[in-house]
Amino acid sequence: MLSKALLAVLAALHIAVLFAGFFAPYDSHQQYREFSYAPPTPVHWIDSGGRLHLRPFVYRLVPKPEFAGYEEDRTRLFPLCFFCRTSGGDSLHLFEVSGPAHLFLAGTDAYGRDVLSRLLFGGRISLASGLLGAFIAVALGTAIGAIAGYYGKWLDESAMALAEIFLSVPWLYLLLVVRALLPPHIESGSIFVLLVAVLGVVGWARPARLVRGLVLSLKRRVYVTAARGFGASGFYLLRRHILPGAGPVIATQLAWYVPQFMLAEVTLSFFGLGVSEPAPSWGNMLAALQRAYVLQSCWWLFAPAIVIVLVFAGYRQIFARYAPGAPEL
Amino acid sequence: MPFLLRRLLRSLALLIGVSFLSFLLLDLAPGDYFDTMLLNPQISPATVAAIRSQYGLNRPLPQEYWSWIRSIGRGDWGYSLAYNLPAAPLIWQRARYTLLLSGTATALAWIAALALGIWSSARPHSWIAALVRTLEALLMAIPELVLALSLLLIAVWSGIAPAAGASSSISALQPRSLLDLARHLLLPCLSLALGLLPLLLLHVRSSMRQALDSPFVNAARAYGIRPARLLFRHALPVAANPLISLFGLSIGLLMSSSLVTETVFSWPGIGSLMVTAILDRDFFVVVDCTLLAAIFLLAGNFLADLLLFLQDPRVRAS
Repeated sequence: MLSKALLAVLAALHIAVLFAGFFAPYDSHQQYREFSYAPPTPVHWIDSGGRLHLRPFVYRLVPKPEFAGYEEDRTRLFPLCFFCRTSGGDSLHLFEVSGPAHLFLAGTDAYGRDVLSRLLFGGRISLASGLLGAFIAVALGTAIGAIAGYYGKWLDESAMALAEIFLSVPWLYLLLVVRALLPPHIESGSIFVLLVAVLGVVGWARPARLVRGLVLSLKRRVYVTAARGFGASGFYLLRRHILPGAGPVIATQLAWYVPQFMLAEVTLSFFGLGVSEPAPSWGNMLAALQRAYVLQSCWWLFAPAIVIVLVFAGYRQIFARYAPGAPEL
Repeated sequence: MPFLLRRLLRSLALLIGVSFLSFLLLDLAPGDYFDTMLLNPQISPATVAAIRSQYGLNRPLPQEYWSWIRSIGRGDWGYSLAYNLPAAPLIWQRARYTLLLSGTATALAWIAALALGIWSSARPHSWIAALVRTLEALLMAIPELVLALSLLLIAVWSGIAPAAGASSSISALQPRSLLDLARHLLLPCLSLALGLLPLLLLHVRSSMRQALDSPFVNAARAYGIRPARLLFRHALPVAANPLISLFGLSIGLLMSSSLVTETVFSWPGIGSLMVTAILDRDFFVVVDCTLLAAIFLLAGNFLADLLLFLQDPRVRAS
């Protein structure tokens, strides 16, 4: 029951992140400097006169003097507008509110940027680097493992020796060393591609070893010998007869690596070695929590942590379905 | 004892592989520590080139690698350009703190996992077992970074323990007293132990379960052997093998498991040293830390092999 709900949340999150431009009320770079560290904007149905409104509305936020926080200006109410294009831009938004009021459903950060919008846009980098990084690592590992296992001899020995060297460095250190290959500060346009490449290099060894072991045993099956007798080439045999047998293992590896690599991006960005400002990612949003002031008084900036837990738990759930014996929620 | 000798030689070969590969990788990396000097108009490129050759950074790769290996032999472990010191004392200063943190946390996590795991598999239908399973699933779903941040939040809100650093004095690396150090250790240690716990618990529970379900335990029970003796004398040795491997792994990860937690709690361990070294392009420190982590991992694996060898006659026979 809980696991079904988790998977539904996971799917919903992916859709929201994919169509971030539609679900996010603001652009991720849009700054409202006068609303730095504004708490989540309360959405009302009942106005100060006690009247019920069918359409929810918000009040305008007004900064209190001497940075003492914000209060609502109750004189005028601003109804939420669903499926509108009001705020100047030409794109359609699921919900927004027309100025001078603002709709910060998850509050704002130090520069007055909407946390919800940054969360959705930042998810693109965090989720995509998990998915794409895992895909590249597993594809690379499968290719190397299949070639090593099938052709054997020195190819096998050297590939497996290299894999073992990669596996004898703890993976966070490996991640940091491979990251050190790149210049310290990378502009946000190219960081994503480089990050995915780093993850691919870091993760190939384990799937390669597993696939190699499987190929070694699968290639001795009778049907493979028969196909070879009919004159099938090595590549055809691998593609048609051997690798399909390794399918479940490859799928399990993918399901394991996706959340792992999402965390790798989050960790690197948290360390200041990944996605850097102003581009949003879940990791560099969490980095804001390292300030004592933020930690003490801006609870809404924990939003990325909650999303990360949901995604992580969701993907682990998928993994648990593939791999019996793994913990179930 | 050819089995152990073979394992030892293999670990050594891997270590050489790791050292060479990480050195090669960092040699390929663009830029070095003195790049930022080039931005200063008062320093001419010729001066920078002279400094580089003074530190021996312009030599060919094999020569540089060899001189690094020799300096490891001397106990210097290369030279940190950012600190202008031999790297070894620098790293040791930080590694002590990393080992203190990860060592206490690993010990705590193992004690808790063994106690909870054995208890809950001895009484699988009690409410405590259900609680343990829930705790395990819950902790399994929370990444280390989020766990550490949540504990940091609790620390800041409640003020029960200091939230950052390893000491209340000005210098982070000079603890005032043992009590002060322990107070600072409390939260990062708790966070790390909670992060390590679910995996250990999972393995303790599943291997105990498997051992308790096997026919010989039923037979022993039918002979009327007391439950406690059954659990500790009959089931536990059978369940021990995977746990010994896991123990070796957790010893091997002492140098690396705490990296994230350290960063969150500003613990002056090896994690922050390595991150700043990467940003500064202070490559000897990066390579040294990597090598140190690999040494620990391989030593942990070797320790597991050794313990298995001593514990399990089947391993000795093969």
